[in-house]
Amino acid sequence: MISLQPDFCDIEIPEKEHYSIEDYSSSKARWCSGCGAHTILHSVQKLCTDEQLPPEKTVFVSGIGCSSRFPHYMKTYGFHGLHGRAFPVASGIKFRRPDLHVFVITGDGDCCSIGAGHWVHAIRYNMKMVVLLFDNSIYGLTKKQTSPTSPLGTHTNTHPTGSVLPPINPIQSTLGLANVSFVAQTVDWKPAHLNATLKKAYDHPGLAFVRIVQRCPIWMRENYEPTVKDPDAITVLNHENGIVLEENALKKFRHIQEHDPSNLVKAREVAELVKTTTPIGLFYQNKEAIRYDEYGAHNLGVPVEDRINAINSLMDKYAI
Amino acid sequence: MSNNSETIKSEPVKIKREQIREAVVEIVSDSGEGAQKCGQSLGTISAKMGNGVWTVEIIPAEIRPPARSKAGASGIRVRMGSKKVTNMGDHADMVVALNEQVLYGRIDQNAYKPGTYLLIENKWATDTEESNAAYTESIQKFKALGYIIHEIPMEKECLKHVSDPRKGKNMWVLGLLCNIYDRDLNIAAAQVKAIFSKKSDDIIQSNIDLLHAGYAYANDNLPMHFTIASKVSKEDFVVMNGNEAVSLGVMAAGIEVCSMYPITPATSASHAMAEKMESAGGLIHQAEDEIAAIGFAIGASYAGQTAVTITSGPGIALKTEFIGLAVMAEVPLVIVDVQRGGPSTGLPTKVEQGDLLAVLYGAAGDAPKIVLAPSTIEECFHYIILARKLAESFRTPVFVLTDANLATGVQPFPRPKIKSAWFPDPIDQSKWEEGVKAYDWDPKTGLSKRPIPGQKGGMYTLTGLAHDEESHVAYDPSINQRAAESRSRKLAALHKTLKEPKILGDKSGDLLLVGWGSTRGAIEEAVERARERGAKVSSLHLHFLSPMEPGLKSIFKNFKKVMTVEINYSDTIGNSLITEENRRYAQLAWYLRAQTLTDIDCFSNVYGQPLSPIQILEMLEKKLDLTLTE
Ligand SMILES: Cc1ncc(C[n+]2csc(CCOP(=O)(O)OP(=O)(O)O)c2C)c(N)n1
Repeated sequence: MISLQPDFCDIEIPEKEHYSIEDYSSSKARWCSGCGAHTILHSVQKLCTDEQLPPEKTVFVSGIGCSSRFPHYMKTYGFHGLHGRAFPVASGIKFRRPDLHVFVITGDGDCCSIGAGHWVHAIRYNMKMVVLLFDNSIYGLTKKQTSPTSPLGTHTNTHPTGSVLPPINPIQSTLGLANVSFVAQTVDWKPAHLNATLKKAYDHPGLAFVRIVQRCPIWMRENYEPTVKDPDAITVLNHENGIVLEENALKKFRHIQEHDPSNLVKAREVAELVKTTTPIGLFYQNKEAIRYDEYGAHNLGVPVEDRINAINSLMDKYAI
Repeated sequence: MSNNSETIKSEPVKIKREQIREAVVEIVSDSGEGAQKCGQSLGTISAKMGNGVWTVEIIPAEIRPPARSKAGASGIRVRMGSKKVTNMGDHADMVVALNEQVLYGRIDQNAYKPGTYLLIENKWATDTEESNAAYTESIQKFKALGYIIHEIPMEKECLKHVSDPRKGKNMWVLGLLCNIYDRDLNIAAAQVKAIFSKKSDDIIQSNIDLLHAGYAYANDNLPMHFTIASKVSKEDFVVMNGNEAVSLGVMAAGIEVCSMYPITPATSASHAMAEKMESAGGLIHQAEDEIAAIGFAIGASYAGQTAVTITSGPGIALKTEFIGLAVMAEVPLVIVDVQRGGPSTGLPTKVEQGDLLAVLYGAAGDAPKIVLAPSTIEECFHYIILARKLAESFRTPVFVLTDANLATGVQPFPRPKIKSAWFPDPIDQSKWEEGVKAYDWDPKTGLSKRPIPGQKGGMYTLTGLAHDEESHVAYDPSINQRAAESRSRKLAALHKTLKEPKILGDKSGDLLLVGWGSTRGAIEEAVERARERGAKVSSLHLHFLSPMEPGLKSIFKNFKKVMTVEINYSDTIGNSLITEENRRYAQLAWYLRAQTLTDIDCFSNVYGQPLSPIQILEMLEKKLDLTLTE
């Protein structure tokens, strides 16, 4: 500790800490080998290292599903709660704790089915947090039931002859929600794009919704293999305000489409591309959207005397 | 009050007044006619004069039932006495009805007795041919039932002072009642001023004129005048309903997050705090549904600020999975359940104590939690403060069970002096002690210290899965047994600190009544009245339902019979299908039978009404074979 102006203030210089990637890794992940979650975990740990997030100030909140085991594999604070309910918990955590870095980990069943109501409202609350939708288009943990994002005709244990309804397009749906402020898509098998997307999401002043197309080698191998192997399957959305890849990385993609992420109407159009290709990149960003976490933090730390005065003034209304 | 500038215009003619101990007054009308404002004012004026008061709202099930209809009774009952008043009383002594049709609903509910005064707006006698006929017929019927009828030209009298009599008739009625019951007119005028404080001087003056006019009318035209002795207390008092008390309790407990979704009859608890919550350092979060409301509260609690969620039965049903999580992961949380009639949407505005077993056992698996039940308006305030402390000390959700009767019942009580000790310490952000696990269960008490995000070295992943001390998913089954034991031990540890419940009356006798929650006033008054007539009956009232208060089994042994008195469903013995084997008991009875192996009987019903002392006395007469009522 050094003293500047002893009678004015003391400045405590904290020990300088540097966090390495091991500081964010907990027990060995128990996902199946080849599961896309492994690469996402690594990418998230890299983000934490790059940003030097203090592990004690970082919280991963999840629902239930294979993907929702994620917090157990981070050496940060974590909340592995109920199926579909990660959003309200994360919102409650962030509401009065602007100092915490909050991440939401959710699956396609978790977010787009049982938790769909909360998804709609979390987007509207637009609290600063990073939401990672691990979309493998199937219910993994409960063993291959149809998910709301399963492509029409997917053979599952609930629909052995093929699913009968068209899937929800989570990008399109999110772009239709009130107060939406950040929507991006990436895939788990393109680490450079995944890393750049996570960084962009982390920097966003609001709720960053990232759908990660995720491989499930056990239940959905035939769905993903063509996309993973086909160099034509992906279209990169490119823009200086979007997810910017280094030239070398960008060169690896054959299909590049310019898209200005400030244009919501255009973003909704581009989201329709999902039907023919896998678009990756930033669909939409608005840094000015109203943030409910700012409302939540606006009256933190009211001194006890003031609080007592406020209560007494309300009590006066009932005084006789 | 004596130096109030509003002085009585002309000293009324001297009248003779009968001294009475208490009175039960009702004002009934179509909704929207200001009957409740009138009754609340009468209650406040009486409380200010130093009388005991209890008011209860009379609520039609629909927001806007058809005008002048039998089911449309909306209004208020005010019971005022020379001593403390703890319940709504038996039958009304005096009823002011702004139309005669709404009286039918109350008569069906057995709210009146022969000799009850009915003061009825007589404009319906000449309004339309149709209303005229209905009016005349009703007056005859009411007379035949033994009520004392006074037909009063309320509207005509009001028109002397205002052009729209629908605005202000209630203040004229207030004046009328103030005269009948000898209420201090200066206090009354100050009350009228307070009600209209945000309105123009003209409006205030015309309402005060109406008050005086009603007062003078009763003085000059009515034969019955009473006076109720009162004593002004030196202590400061407040007068409010149970939801308002909960609301203030939340703030005084230092709770900074109230996360709710609107549901009758719980919502007004959040309304009451809305105005000042922000300046008191907290916020109300109106969530997208009840599941989100509790999830949000749990998130806030997990992050270090113990939150409250306020709801009613259907909301509890939705929250159940999260309640299980809060128990499993040991998250402190305050849950207020303002119970209403169930199951399903049930009777949204009416009272029931129907959620006890759901709250105790509603979750999957064994989910022990603390359950408290305030029995007075004052306790509604203090129990929230207690609940937060217990939630944090025992690292568990705490339920506070109130009901529609407490929610809307109004009673004066000593003004709480807010203490900084009621507030939580700032969120602990110190370094977590090395080597201490996230669930370092004390083998004896099950208690453990909780790491809070921000605490260096305390990192853990909270999970609803079975977990070990480090919050790691339990792959070894013995861990689940140990963890369940630890959570259960916490209740045993709290139980050890509780005192035996107090008994009203002798410690032994023919019958012990056991109650919980809002029925206390009615039960205790019935027991006192029965004892005055020689019945060997006592009562006790439980405030802790989980863990249960200690010593019950041995207390029960000293009585020939034990029975609970509750507002929820039970089969009554007597139906040919109902046997001792299949009888479904009232909820506390069920629970006490299991806990104490005592043959406990029950008296309960689901008419959706608060219990009155007379109902309990009539039941006692049958049980004890004594005459206890007039
Ligand atoms: C209330 C509730 N209903 C159902 C389940 C069973 N369940 C667990 S995970 C899951 C679906 C998981 O699918 P998804 O969200 O896509 O995640 P994934 O396992 O594929 O990562 C279901 C139905 C549960 N845990 N809780």
